[in-house]
Amino acid sequence: MKFTWFHLMPYRFLPDDFKEKYRSVWVDIPRNLYDPKLGHRLYNDYLDQLEFADRMGYDGLGVNEHHQNAYGMMPSPNIMAAALARRTRNANLVVLGNSIALYNPPIRVAEEFAMLDVISGGRLVAGFPVGTSMDTNFCYGEIPATLREKYYEAHDLIIKSWTEKEIFAWNGKYTKLRYVNLWPRPIQQPHPPIWIPGGGSVETYDFCADHAYQYSFLSYFGYIAGQKVADGYWEVMAKKGKEDNPYSMGFAQVVAVSETDEQAEKDYAPHMDYFYNRCLHVYNGFADAPGYRTVKTIKAGLLGQVGKQAALRREGLGWGDLVEQGYVIAGSPKTVRERLREALKSLRCGHLMLLMQIGSMPPELVRKNTDLFAREVMPYLRDLWTGYEDRWSPKRLPQAEIAMPAPVKFELEVKTNGHARHGAESAAEVRGAAK
Amino acid sequence: MKTVQNVANGKFSVEMEVVGSGAPLLYLHGAGGLTGMDPFLEELGRDFKVYAPHLPGFGESTGGEHIDDVLDAVLFYHQLMDELGIDSAYWVGHSMGGMLAAEAAAIDNSRVKKLVLTSAAGFWLDEHPIPDFFAAQLDELAPLLFHDTNSPIAKAFTAIPDDFKALEAMYVERVKRLAMASKFLWPIPDRGLKKRAYRIQAPTLLLWGESDKLVPPVYVGEFKKHIKNSREHLLKAAGHMPMYEQQEAFCSAVRSFLKG
Repeated sequence: MKFTWFHLMPYRFLPDDFKEKYRSVWVDIPRNLYDPKLGHRLYNDYLDQLEFADRMGYDGLGVNEHHQNAYGMMPSPNIMAAALARRTRNANLVVLGNSIALYNPPIRVAEEFAMLDVISGGRLVAGFPVGTSMDTNFCYGEIPATLREKYYEAHDLIIKSWTEKEIFAWNGKYTKLRYVNLWPRPIQQPHPPIWIPGGGSVETYDFCADHAYQYSFLSYFGYIAGQKVADGYWEVMAKKGKEDNPYSMGFAQVVAVSETDEQAEKDYAPHMDYFYNRCLHVYNGFADAPGYRTVKTIKAGLLGQVGKQAALRREGLGWGDLVEQGYVIAGSPKTVRERLREALKSLRCGHLMLLMQIGSMPPELVRKNTDLFAREVMPYLRDLWTGYEDRWSPKRLPQAEIAMPAPVKFELEVKTNGHARHGAESAAEVRGAAK
Repeated sequence: MKTVQNVANGKFSVEMEVVGSGAPLLYLHGAGGLTGMDPFLEELGRDFKVYAPHLPGFGESTGGEHIDDVLDAVLFYHQLMDELGIDSAYWVGHSMGGMLAAEAAAIDNSRVKKLVLTSAAGFWLDEHPIPDFFAAQLDELAPLLFHDTNSPIAKAFTAIPDDFKALEAMYVERVKRLAMASKFLWPIPDRGLKKRAYRIQAPTLLLWGESDKLVPPVYVGEFKKHIKNSREHLLKAAGHMPMYEQQEAFCSAVRSFLKG
């Protein structure tokens, strides 16, 4: 069993009356609600949290891409992965991922992923989401009706750019290039493992099954509601005669560990409320542009993550309901161990994406959650799926070949105008303020 | 009368309303499509032979995957005319259909006797942004489309069926139509008509509802600027859907312009 510590990097400081006052956390959220000074603290806190997870033995560190929103502040997850590549040693860098239809030409993604793979010594997981409708259609202006076709073409180009031995020309419908010649090449050959984040589009099952990619279901409804999607995936795999290897499936789950079940409620309930009522407060008109989902998916009745339907489903849910219905797996280490084991087994999931900072959770609570889970839960679940080979994790360079970054030293060694400048002082100040 | 026309050796199958008799009039619907309750077609049919094809992707028409942009759509309409044996026609285009009719005229004047553009899309003014009707919810749509949101016609347009099956069918149909429309209108309904509109030679009527909030009458000025042989006619107590909201005044304006 493998565990990825997944960060959404939300903006933690939306006003209490946000939901009443504004129609959407995404697309047209007022810019003046963002304070870059607080943003500075948040990015650094969040990177600290991921670096801590690396030291606590999590298998992967997860980041993803979203635009024009307070739900997740990573327009470019590659920038976060680059920062992590230098400051972490153990965990894989799970970039889940780049919305490849948005980049022109898409080989930019192939290049940046190759850079990350080379810098990190082969620790990259390359994620290719279609992207939400808010991100792709409304923020980045992609025509809904052709988004998926453009996505598939971008995928084919990226894969070919990684695998083709010779320079080639690409005469696509959306991208035309006379010379495709990828420098640098990724360390992992022929390319890093590919994970496809899905929100329940039925086409994504087939796509993953046909290419032997990992299917990552990123849901906020939790494992009970997610069962339908997991079943759909395994059904397609079975129909196509593919191996039912649990490592070919990832699942995102909010997990909150505390000393006792009661303490968990005290610790986490307000932050869940912030997440479900502010971070996911998306105007229904932005949830699903016409043509973003195929008619086939609409008819399959798979609900979106955001918008009116999703909000209605969550309406009036208190902590007890969220726990009961599996939106969040929370409680004492024992409770979390038991429920997670049950969830992972029934989903047949070998790669768990843990959402451990959620909504407005402050750094000390995130640290506690991360620490308790690593010590009191993770070791007890490692035995799951031991008979299966994980072909979806990166294959890094042998330890002896890994380059070591020079130790970090904040003091400037160069004197300016005869005065020594002490960067450490101001950095410490900022860190102190953030704690 | 509803007909199904096979076009381009089966590349497209086109559901089409064909009404009346007289000189051919080609009606190009907007992004909302024809509703099945379009009495103005009958009314125009008293003087013209009206052809109102559903653009592929709309209604029962198929072949939408062969149309990606304005040029594809224009050539589709020209092919349809070829196969109907119509050299030249009166063109009446509403909203998205107005945009496509103007583009068609710019590409081939010989196929257009006269042109009526009503509530037409195709231009963009930064000072007068066209509201994002793709994101609008049903209850937000009525004020964008109608002068009087309490009129029976406005209510009929934005009614939500009680029955779940009917609701799902309506939703799927809406998604299909707007997905097709997004190829010409998303995210900004401007595909460069301003570069090409100078080519339009046909006498052109710019027929607008005075209280059109989706493509406000200020856009009439843009069309006038680019189309030399054009004049305007504003309809009172009409919004973006004048052929529904003020059917009589709309049809009489079209008739007297085309016959005049």
